[in-house]
Amino acid sequence: MKNPFDHLDKVLEHRLRLQIMSVLVTNDVFDFNSLKEVLNVTDGNLASHIKALEKEKYLSVTKTFVDRKPNTKYKITERGRASFKKHLDALEAVVKQQK
Amino acid sequence: MKEIKEYEKDLASIRTMMERSAKFISLSGLSGVLAGIYALLGATAAYYIAQYPVSPLDYRTYTLRDEGVIIKLLVVAGVVFVASITTGVLQSMRKAKKHNVKFWNTASKQMVFNLSIPLVAGALFILIMLANGHYGLAAPASLVFYGLALIQGSSNTFDEVRYLGYCEIVIGLVCAYFAGYGLLFWALGFGVMHIVYGSIMYNKYDR
Repeated sequence: MKNPFDHLDKVLEHRLRLQIMSVLVTNDVFDFNSLKEVLNVTDGNLASHIKALEKEKYLSVTKTFVDRKPNTKYKITERGRASFKKHLDALEAVVKQQK
Repeated sequence: MKEIKEYEKDLASIRTMMERSAKFISLSGLSGVLAGIYALLGATAAYYIAQYPVSPLDYRTYTLRDEGVIIKLLVVAGVVFVASITTGVLQSMRKAKKHNVKFWNTASKQMVFNLSIPLVAGALFILIMLANGHYGLAAPASLVFYGLALIQGSSNTFDEVRYLGYCEIVIGLVCAYFAGYGLLFWALGFGVMHIVYGSIMYNKYDR
């Protein structure tokens, strides 16, 4: 990598988005409330960043109802996984370059 | 452009999130020690039920044929199992509360699910063996299946659980060969190993 900064993903520069992706890379599916709990963030904050990731097609959304309560589940897409890996590699290269 | 420190923080937060979302870290070390003590008490009770007054160090050449004795042994094993699970759940709930995380979360659900497959298969297998009068291999089978369950469950909790699983399988296999020492190996696998494992975990994570 000549200039690792070029390989950083603009969408994933935001830390909360990066954290959402980290959870989805490790776990097959994850629902909204569990995500909120693990990341320790507010509903609105989480929803807006999920929306951004959804728009990029980094994750897919399934909406179901459990006991009449909405239960929204998220799954990482192949595109999301590839982007996450590329961003992670770039991050490591950036940090390594500085040392 | 962000500062380098920020990128380092990004990397660190990736690791934290991966671990926090997939690993159940509220598992209490102390409950391991207590489970070991219950197992040793259970083994002592089992000795008085099945083997007394023959020394526990003597190789048992006869097999158990008395149904009353088998039922009593099953009750002892059941009590040890329920007491251990209850202690484990209560202690882990306390630890989860202390660390301000939910006890029943995605990671713990996944762990229980993974653990229960070899555990239920093993329990049914042993009950079928007992029902057909094959008493000799019940103790080693319980050790081997328990070891498999631990290895299966370890991906969702502390990695050390996996090594406990390996030990249980080895003890179980040796025990299968020396079936007459079943009770002794059972006490070693469920009693001593839990106490050793629990104290290591307690010193490493809970203090």
